[in-house]
Order: sequence, then C-alpha cells, then structure tokens
Amino acid sequence: MYKILKAEKLADKIYLMDVEAPRIARYCEPGQFIISKIDDKGERIPLTICDYDREKGTITIVFQIVGASTERMAELQAGDVFEDFTGPLGCESEFVHEDLEELKNQKILFVAGGVGAAPVYPQVKWMREHGIDVDVIVGSKTKDMLILEEEMRAAAGNLYVTTDDGSYVRKGMVTDVIKDLVQNQGKKYDRCVAIGPMIMMKFVCLMTKELGIPTIVSMNPIMVDGTGMCGACRLTVGDEVKFACVDGPEFDGHLVNFDEAMKRQQMYRTEEGRAILKLREGKTHHGGCGHCGGEE
Amino acid sequence: MDMMKKVPVREQDPKVRATNFDEVCLGYNMEEAQAEASRCLKCKNAQCVKGCPVAIHIPDFIKQVQEGNVEEAAKIIGLSSALPAICGRVCPQESQCEGKCIRGIKGEPVSIGKLERFVADWARENHVDPAQAGEPNGKKVAVIGSGPAGLTCAGDLAKMGYDVTIFEALHEPGGVLMYGIPEFRLPKEDVVLPEIENVKKLGVKLECNVVIGKSITVDQLLSDEGFDAVFIGSGAGLPKFMGIPGENANGVFSANEYLTRNNLMKAFRDDYDTPIVAGKKVAVVGGGNVAMDAARTALRLGAETHIVYRRSESELPARVEEVHHAKEEGIIFNLLTNPKEILVDDNGWVKGMVCVEMELGEPDASGRRRPVEKPDSEFTMDVDTVIMSLGTSPNPLISSTTEGLEINKWKCIVAEESNGQTTKEGVYAGGDAVTGAATVILAMEAGKAGAKGIDDYLSNK
Ligand SMILES: Cc1cc2nc3c(=O)[nH]c(=O)nc-3n(C[C@H](O)[C@H](O)[C@H](O)COP(=O)(O)OP(=O)(O)OC[C@H]3O[C@@H](n4cnc5c(N)ncnc54)[C@H](O)[C@@H]3O)c2cc1C
Ligand SMILES: Cc1cc2nc3c(=O)[nH]c(=O)nc-3n(C[C@H](O)[C@H](O)[C@H](O)COP(=O)(O)OP(=O)(O)OC[C@H]3O[C@@H](n4cnc5c(N)ncnc54)[C@H](O)[C@@H]3O)c2cc1C
Ligand code: SF4
Ligand code: SF4
Ligand code: FES
Repeated sequence: MYKILKAEKLADKIYLMDVEAPRIARYCEPGQFIISKIDDKGERIPLTICDYDREKGTITIVFQIVGASTERMAELQAGDVFEDFTGPLGCESEFVHEDLEELKNQKILFVAGGVGAAPVYPQVKWMREHGIDVDVIVGSKTKDMLILEEEMRAAAGNLYVTTDDGSYVRKGMVTDVIKDLVQNQGKKYDRCVAIGPMIMMKFVCLMTKELGIPTIVSMNPIMVDGTGMCGACRLTVGDEVKFACVDGPEFDGHLVNFDEAMKRQQMYRTEEGRAILKLREGKTHHGGCGHCGGEE
Repeated sequence: MDMMKKVPVREQDPKVRATNFDEVCLGYNMEEAQAEASRCLKCKNAQCVKGCPVAIHIPDFIKQVQEGNVEEAAKIIGLSSALPAICGRVCPQESQCEGKCIRGIKGEPVSIGKLERFVADWARENHVDPAQAGEPNGKKVAVIGSGPAGLTCAGDLAKMGYDVTIFEALHEPGGVLMYGIPEFRLPKEDVVLPEIENVKKLGVKLECNVVIGKSITVDQLLSDEGFDAVFIGSGAGLPKFMGIPGENANGVFSANEYLTRNNLMKAFRDDYDTPIVAGKKVAVVGGGNVAMDAARTALRLGAETHIVYRRSESELPARVEEVHHAKEEGIIFNLLTNPKEILVDDNGWVKGMVCVEMELGEPDASGRRRPVEKPDSEFTMDVDTVIMSLGTSPNPLISSTTEGLEINKWKCIVAEESNGQTTKEGVYAGGDAVTGAATVILAMEAGKAGAKGIDDYLSNK
C-alpha cells in the first residue's frame, strides 16, 4: 500500500499528488516514470515522476483526466492509498550522465505542452540545482489549464508562457514561440527537450529539425507492465523498433515515427468509452445502447 | 476395466468450455484415482522416475493412492516437489515421466500427472500442511522473481532457516503461472495462490512492485540492504517479433501482452478496468504452448481463431494434449504457412495478413526438416488481429545493471547447473533466466539447486 500524503487539484482536470514510496524516491532520476494501480481491479497507469523527496521518501505525480482510470484516480484524497506503485521505470534523461562542464556551455530549450509541464519540471529543476539556466516554453490550451507556473518560474532562466486561445500572456502554440525566439530574438539553442501530447511533440520536432536543433522527446504510448515484457509500448525510432518502457521513454524526436505512435495510442478508444460509460452509469449500464457495443 | 488404457479423466465439454475460462480438465475423484493407481506395476527399476526432472518417488506415491492413503502420498511427493498441483497440470508428461513408463510400452502409460494433481488437490482441500520453516540462522537471502524458480528457491531456503525476501516486479507474484498460463489450464485462486501462500507460511517475505535493476540493483541489495546472497529467477519475459512490415499496426500483439491483459489484468471480466481487443478473426503466429494458450484465449473471447505455423503438425512444439484440446475447441490450424506482411488500413488497424505456403526440405541443425517457401504461393488471410508467439528471451534489466554478471550470446545468465552459481560471488541464478524459455518443472529444479548452492556458500563463509 502506498499512501497519498497530498492530493490537490491544479487546474481543470489536472491533479497533483504526493505519494509515499521510499524505495522509488531513493534512486529515481529525472526522465523516469512510475506505474500506479488504484486497487485490485484497476489498470496499471504510467505517470512521469514530477518531483521527489529522498528524505521524506515521497514521489510527486501530476496527471490529467483522459479516461476511466485517471477519472477514478482523481477521486482519491490525502490519506487514501494506491494498492500498487512501481518504479522508477525507464531510463534517466541523458543529461544526468553527461559532463557537467560541457552541459553548462550549452543553450538548452525546454518545451512543455499541457500536462507535459509536469515531466519537464524535474528536469528544469535539476538544471537549476546544477547551476544551469535554461529557457522554458510552457503552452496550454487556456489560462485555467496552465499548471506549475510559479514552480517553473523559480527554476527556469527565462520562462515563456503561451495559451492557444490567448487567455493568458500571449496567444499561440509553443511552435510559434520557438520560431519567435530563434528567428526574431536571435536565440540559438544546442538542444531542445519537448514533452507534451504526441501531436505537439510531432510539430515541435518538425520545426526544430528545420531549425537544426537536436530534440529529445518523452513518449507516452500505451503500456501494460512497464518492464519490457509485453511490447505494447513499442514504437519505431529510425529504422528500429524500441520498447518505450525500457529503451525510453526519451528518444531522439527527429527519428520517432509519430504518426504510427499516435495511431497506436488510440487503440483502446472504443474500449475506454465503454469503461467510462460503465463508471458513470454504474450497474444501470447494460450495453445495447448502440454507442459502445454492449457487454460482449 | 481395460488395464491397457488410462482411466479417462473428466473434462468440460469442448463446446461449453470454448465460451468460458473455467478449468478444462476436471481431474480424478478418489475412485478414479485408485483405479488408475492400480494400473501402475510399481516397478523396482522404475523408469518413470528417471523421466521426472525432480525424481519424484512415483511408484511409492502411487501405491499410497491405491491404498487410499492420500496424505501419505502427498508427503512422498513433497519430498521432491514444491508445486505438485501445478506440475501435475502443466508438465509435458508425455515426454517426461509418462514418456518412460513401462506400462506405456504395450498400452497407455499410467496417468502420473493426473494422479499427482489428484494428490496435491486433495492435500490442499484437506489442509495438509506440507512443510515447516527451519530454525532461524540469521542469514538474509534476496530472491528476485516469484515464478516457479524463485518460489521454490525461497521455500527451500526458508525450510533451512534463512530469512528470505522475494522481490517481484509485477503487482502479483507467480510469474508466468499468473500472467502467462491461462485460467482454464491453471486456475489462479484455487491452485496458484495457495501454492504461493504455502511459501509465505514458511515466513518468506514478498515485496511486489520492485523492479530489480531499476528500483534497486543486485549490488545495492548486497551492499546497502544487508543480504548475504541473491538468487535471480527473473525468467525469460522479453517477447520477439518477426520484423515484417505492418507489425506495429493496431491489433498486432505479442502473446505476452494478450495473455497478460487477460490473465493478470483479468480483461475478460467486466468488473476489471484493463481493456483487451479481442478481435473477430485472429491469427496466432507460432506453434508452442504459448501460441496454443493465446489461441484458446482468443477463442474464448469470441474470435474465430487460426494457428499459423511454418512447419507441419508433427513439428508443433506444443504439448500433444494442448494441441488436441485446441482442435476440439475449434481452433483452425494453418500449417506450413508463414506470414510475410501485415496489411494495415487507413486508421492503422490490421486488415489482413499476407502469407506464403511452405514445404519441408532438408533437416536443419535442430534435426527438424527445414521449411522452405513454395514459389508463387502467396495469399492473403482475412484477419483483424494478429498475435505473435515466436518465443521470448531473458530481459537484460538485471544483467546490464549488475557488475560482473556474465551472460551468453542468447542473453541468458551464465550459471552452474548443479548449484546455480553465477560468475559473481554470492549471486545465484536459475530457471528461464539461465536456460531461456523452458518448463515449470525445470525452473523448479533450478530453484532447488540454487537454494542448495546458496546454503553451501553461506554455511562455509
Ligand atoms: C511513460 C509515460 C509517462 C506518462 N506521464 C504522464 C503524466 O505525467 N501525466 C499524465 O497526465 N499522463 C501521463 N501519461 C499518460 C497516462 O498514462 C495516460 O493518460 C493514462 O494511462 C490514461 O489512463 P485512463 O484509463 O484514464 O485512460 P484510458 O482509458 O487508458 O485512455 C484514454 C484515451 O486517452 C488516450 N491517451 C492515452 N495517453 C494519453 C496522453 N498522454 N495524452 C492524451 N491522450 C492519451 C488514449 O488514446 C486513450 O484512448 C504517461 C504515459 C506514459 C507511457
Ligand atoms: C503462455 C505460457 C504457457 C506455458 N505453458 C507451459 C506448460 O504448459 N508447461 C510447462 O512446464 N511450462 C510452460 N511454460 C513455461 C514456464 O511457465 C516457464 O518455463 C516457467 O514459468 C519459468 O519459471 P521462472 O521462475 O524461471 O520464470 P517466470 O515464471 O518467468 O518468473 C519470473 C518472475 O520474475 C519477475 N521478474 C522479472 N524481472 C524482474 C526484475 N528485474 N525484478 C523483479 N522481478 C522480476 C517476473 O515478473 C516474473 O514474475 C509456459 C510459458 C508461457 C509464457
Ligand atoms: S513433476 Fe512432472 S515430470 Fe515429475 S512426475 Fe510430476 S508430472 Fe511427471
Ligand atoms: S514406470 Fe509406470 S508402471 Fe512402472 S512404476 Fe513408473 S508409473 Fe508405475
Ligand atoms: S509496457 Fe510492456 S514492454 Fe513496455
């Protein structure tokens, strides 16, 4: 059992939790993730480690409601428990193992989209802790969905916030900001780290490729075990098939086949619709409504 | 009764069982078991024992069954095997104990597996406590993985008095017994979980959700957590794919994923959250036990199911009993057929599989005739789901994070067969992690050998 010490709603549909998991907090590094499972009947849900406290033995996660399981998770309160909480999984971000002096000479750009701000945050914080100032772009659909702004401002060198609908700071996509920084403000970057919805990462990569900036992305395909046992998380990187849970989740964004990955992520859409229906309507849902194929 | 024939075992009707996940084989009752036991010749030089990898005293336990002393029979089996209810169900008996049975020369061999299962089930139902923990000796051993190798090793060490902790990566113990082999062949609640409970009753601690190599390394277990020795029983879980075009389409799964969703995550039950794409027309590529399990699972989820295998029936590596069961249930076998490409629709889903017909040529290194493509024999199978069951290899998570642990070219951990000793001091290994995908009974035997190896090492240290 893994106790939830703090549960907080950050924005519309976005939640933050601190979970007691000393084993994970002890050795985890930026870039890695955990798998949580609410109870006996729950799914295994992968979530990036957003922050950790080695002394207190806690892990911070931030998640967005997208389907039945995340909806169920959002109902949990401080004091409740996750039956299972596994990690750290996946590989650490590359820079953790790089030469610090070389890293300090680089100009690094972080790009976060939506709930992607959560996985970007520990990396930016790591940079700050190691004396490196980085530029950070955070994009969100609208003002109410923007998360971790204060935390990010404290950790970043420069922070650029943008909203799709213009409800806060500026209007536009993260890609517009990248273009603006490089083409109008004369910024040069040696590398870019982009994390967010796959579609965002795809367009960031198209742009950084054009601008010649090497780019790392963090892939979030559907997973089951997270240990390399099932292959559900496989994706094509260059001409190789990789398992995101053990080979990643971070990859060279210019080599990732995003179109394939996005199709694979949609695989359970109809099934997930079913699960939501069941959750909403409880025992009154017996299928046959024509929307979900009923109970097969 | 006909002494040449096995007492038939009751099974669920094929038509009925094709729609449920309940156990196919219902097992013997007392009367049937005694009748079957009477067929055993109680040979002095019992060949059956030589066929059993753990050398169960077969004629002795069968004699006890015949006389109605099932508790006594259970004790005899318990001397050699820790998981008889499981092995009685899933051992490839036709090539092991029963394959060597003297009765089998003229007639059918004695149903040793079914008798073993009968005894083990009886003992469980009648709460015969199989073993006791030993006097604590104050030494700590970590066991990685809770499959048959890890469970056996942990149980044996606890009986010798060691303080044992099992670390399991998944949220439930049991390894392939839980996530791979389906409910209809090996019931989880009734058979697997009680066996795990027995190990826990010996005082073995079980920590799930710990991925060794990620959560903590083998070296850290030895240096930071005070373990005196480590046994690695992490299995061979990494699935292989063919590398043909279209393999990443939606609707292509590894057998491991398909079976895990269904067995471990219980996707077949409405009250569990994890989904599964059951498919309407499913092709399972491969011919082993794993392929049969995946195919029979797909069938039970309502799909028309095909086994696609590139050699002929006699080369099918699956157990004869499983092939027979699969056929009875209505699985269609497309033998001498090899996939070339998976066709994908605009949304990224499987819409068919291009195959080519094969014929058997000259024998290859394995002694089996090598399948070769028939020219101009390409055709398209109309399927919407493909399950790849091409075998698995050991996961490199542990070997790549452990200083001085040698592996061979198949990524298997190098270890002595007799005691599980690896190339690293204090670290032992056994089961599929060492041999590559094999069998439950061999993993169990390796767990036993490892326990003995660790005991020798720590006693002399
Ligand atoms: C390594 C990794 C790290 C992750 N980190 C985070 C994180 O820090 N915070 C977070 O909120 N989520 C994260 N995710 C995604 C998260 O795991 C999924 O959103 C979650 O599993 C959905 O579960 P569900 O049952 O609620 O929805 P499901 O019923 O499983 O799925 C609902 C639908 O949402 C789609 N979907 C799945 N993942 C995403 C996604 N990331 N974005 C948009 N749509 C998606 C699927 O296509 C599916 O059809 C991560 C995923 C991976 C693999
Ligand atoms: C579908 C299927 C059907 C089969 N049918 C039969 C059959 O009929 N008869 C038969 O005899 N054999 C059968 N087998 C083979 C048999 O199940 C295996 O040979 C046997 O389970 C191997 O045992 P093991 O203990 O070595 O490994 P496993 O059973 O694979 O257990 C290994 C355990 O270690 C855990 N683990 C792995 N890595 C780590 C890590 N880094 N940290 C912590 N834990 C870890 C895994 O999660 C797993 O629980 C079948 C296998 C499959 C997949
Ligand atoms: S353990 Fe397996 S091989 Fe040995 S007697 Fe039992 S069924 Fe036969
Ligand atoms: S070889 Fe067959 S007949 Fe002889 S003891 Fe063994 S089981 Fe009985
Ligand atoms: S999630 Fe199963 S292999 Fe990656």
